[in-house]
Amino acid sequence: MKSVSFTPRFYVAAVMLAIVLLIAIIGPLVVQTDPNATVGGLYDRPAGWGPLLLGTDNEGQSVIANLVYGTRTSLIVGLLAGTIATIIGLFVGIVAGFRGGLVDNLLSSLTNIFLVIPVIIVVILLSVALDNRSIFTLAFVMGITSWPWLARAVRAQTTSVRTREHIDVAMMSGANLPSILLRDVLPYLLSYVVMAFVLQVSGAILLESTLSMLGLGPTNAVSLGIMLYWAIAWGSVRTGAWWAFVPPTVMLTIISFSLLLLQSSLDELFNPRLRRGKIRRKKGADPRFELPAAEGPSPQLTAAGVVEGPAPIQDTPKEGGR
Amino acid sequence: MNLARYFLSKIGWYLLVFFVALILNFILPRLIPGNPVDALVAQMTRGGGASGDAVKAVYENFMKEFGLDQPLWKQFLTYVGNVLQGDLGTSFAQYPASVNSLIAQALPWSIALQLPAIIVGWVVGNIVGAIAAFKGGWFDRGIFLSALFLSAIPPYCLAIILLFVAAVQGGFFPVGGAYSFGLSPEFSLAFFGDAITYFWLPFWSIVLVFIGGQAVGMRSMAIYENGADYVNYGRGLGLRDNTAVRYIFRNAMLPQITGLALSIAGMIAGALIIELVFSYPGLGSLLFAAIGQSDYPVIQAIMLILTIAMLIANFFVDLLYGIIDPRIRAAQSGDR
Repeated sequence: MKSVSFTPRFYVAAVMLAIVLLIAIIGPLVVQTDPNATVGGLYDRPAGWGPLLLGTDNEGQSVIANLVYGTRTSLIVGLLAGTIATIIGLFVGIVAGFRGGLVDNLLSSLTNIFLVIPVIIVVILLSVALDNRSIFTLAFVMGITSWPWLARAVRAQTTSVRTREHIDVAMMSGANLPSILLRDVLPYLLSYVVMAFVLQVSGAILLESTLSMLGLGPTNAVSLGIMLYWAIAWGSVRTGAWWAFVPPTVMLTIISFSLLLLQSSLDELFNPRLRRGKIRRKKGADPRFELPAAEGPSPQLTAAGVVEGPAPIQDTPKEGGR
Repeated sequence: MNLARYFLSKIGWYLLVFFVALILNFILPRLIPGNPVDALVAQMTRGGGASGDAVKAVYENFMKEFGLDQPLWKQFLTYVGNVLQGDLGTSFAQYPASVNSLIAQALPWSIALQLPAIIVGWVVGNIVGAIAAFKGGWFDRGIFLSALFLSAIPPYCLAIILLFVAAVQGGFFPVGGAYSFGLSPEFSLAFFGDAITYFWLPFWSIVLVFIGGQAVGMRSMAIYENGADYVNYGRGLGLRDNTAVRYIFRNAMLPQITGLALSIAGMIAGALIIELVFSYPGLGSLLFAAIGQSDYPVIQAIMLILTIAMLIANFFVDLLYGIIDPRIRAAQSGDR
């Protein structure tokens, strides 16, 4: 795979992500302050190295300690929820797309219904019902609600892979269904699934912070959203206590921006049609080995962490759909 | 009559989704262990503000209103009946205010803020994205990165920074709320002139984020279409650039229209938090207060309204699609 060339964008995203990961993993070891311990008064200004590096929040707790633990919480929730959603979406999409018929009709209707009802609404209703929200419950709730757009996209691509000859060969040679799905269909979808996973993680992190800001965050941990919740509830923006709200804001922005950047650079890597200019220079690219029409641009992430699938019109193969 | 059949099937489909949304809206808050009314009454007595008689009256009223002694299916029928009659119930926290009246106070602010912001953001975002795709080069790269950055910033983060920089530090705008203290909402020039100064910051926070998302989507759609076979073929036949651009734009537009409907859910959710940041008296602030006070009827009602807004937006986009793109219509009614 000599032709794989990462864009500078990819490296920028990777470095930013590495820094965030480092803060989340090593940060708590370096800071060594309990985020729930009171180390000062109301909104003490940042002072020197140590727990007061970023001052104190409304409860006199160290902001830097809250920040590193909050980043860790947000990443855990994001990765967990993203993994759950990706697995469910992949499973539903691949089964629906490959089996067709009644199974497909049932799963697709289910998918379409939950595509229209916004994830955030279901998650808010569920979180309201949960008295004790650990970060794992929250991740689970987000995971089981945000798979539909992925399922839909995977289904569309699976139906296109299904018609290929190597699937017939596999079937004739007597391979069973799980083996066909895993070994003959899945590899064609992997690049898309990787990108979708990145978006799911980013979406879950933003969704968690949205929930937290509404007062529905995890009850047993500090997260970036919870920091913002308290910062706003106690008027830190109004009183000019920038150290209480700027750190979580910047951290959330970095996480979200780097994940989006990563996704978009992966998109260009996997989807040659988005690379302007370069495609013509490459000779001998056999269209048969290209990915099953990757649905135009990949899904976008909007505000509030709701991931939008590609246009929901893909039941209709585009003109000249492969 | 393809078109009529397409519309009818769409209407049926949306009714089904609405019904599912109603079920979710009914079931999910009832997952709370124990009786919500018990929790509420306990909360009220803990405050010590209500006398024994008042508490009993509230309790009986809620029990009767929700029919909590009745089987679940009967409760559901009552709920659906009430919703269909436009009765959203009574607020727990602000008893005896009806949810309808609370919503009626908040909803106009949200609509006045979000609808123009979404429309402006969508139009500007698409134009910027299309220009970036056609121009290419450094201009494109700059636009793309800044649009990506804008769409990646959580909207409330941008709102917080804007509030801090432009209102608290800069003093260009009032710091929060929707109109000056001492005024009351009315249709007069003076009130409008006052309210608009509070309007700009939340408005631009929503618009900027929305421009980012739309520009990124439009740019990649346009580049994608730019490399499509029909464009290359047309160019090979000597099609002029302007004509090609028109074709590309038309095709790239279609998913963007869908994007508008889909992103409305995310935008509304993001805008709710933006209202919170600016203490704008819309649905977001109402929702925030309701969650803080475990005011389930209000939460449920807001969720229902958001769902309905989503369904209506999607429905209109589907109708629009059916009219402008014949391929969809044909496929949906199975005439291919």
